[in-house]
Amino acid sequence: MLVLSRKPGQSLMIGDNIRITIMEIRSDGTVRVGIDAPKEIEVYREEIYLAIQEENKLAAQGMVDLKSLGELFRK
Amino acid sequence: MKLKTKHFGEIEIDESKIIHFPTGIIAFEEQKRFFIIDNPDENIPFSWLQSVDDPDLAFVIINPFLFRKDYEFKIPDNVIQELAIQSPENVAVFSIVVVPQDITKMTANLLAPVIINTKNLKGKQIILDDKRYKTKHYILEELKTTQTGEVNNAGAK
Repeated sequence: MLVLSRKPGQSLMIGDNIRITIMEIRSDGTVRVGIDAPKEIEVYREEIYLAIQEENKLAAQGMVDLKSLGELFRK
Repeated sequence: MKLKTKHFGEIEIDESKIIHFPTGIIAFEEQKRFFIIDNPDENIPFSWLQSVDDPDLAFVIINPFLFRKDYEFKIPDNVIQELAIQSPENVAVFSIVVVPQDITKMTANLLAPVIINTKNLKGKQIILDDKRYKTKHYILEELKTTQTGEVNNAGAK
């Protein structure tokens, strides 16, 4: 992994069209980051992205009988 | 055309109803073509999102508005562009469902809805930036807080 030091207000360029700017460092340790990227580049918080990957994998494993599911709704 | 499915064997489908997911489904990015298999029983509010190219890949999906009348989100501009959405009436929304052994504990992912442009049949799973929604919403529990009897209004938004 490439590690660089930046101060608030300073940026990084990734390629020629993605700019990541350190906006603010709060006293609780939170770093606010600004991202300028083309619309087709999707930006997610990593833990949320991983949670959705996980959830989709779980959903794909299901061996489900929709009939029994339907019974629940018929009550 | 003939479609091999995970749960229904080989079925005959109308090829023109295949939905194209240009970026796939998260964690299954290589799968770009899906087909929705509706439940023949209208009382059952679930459908299948079956991969066209991988017979073993199918998701149970539900219309989230059936159990969460207040579900709402804004489709990001880049997604509107990507799917070439021209009008809200042409948007179908589904949530992917996880069905565990105890099916009463099934959950729907309201944080990452599947959006389909019903005009051009392009689809995408998007991730919302909204703290009200999680990857696991207990469908039956939340349904209880909605009025019962509305399950039959499949497709109603």
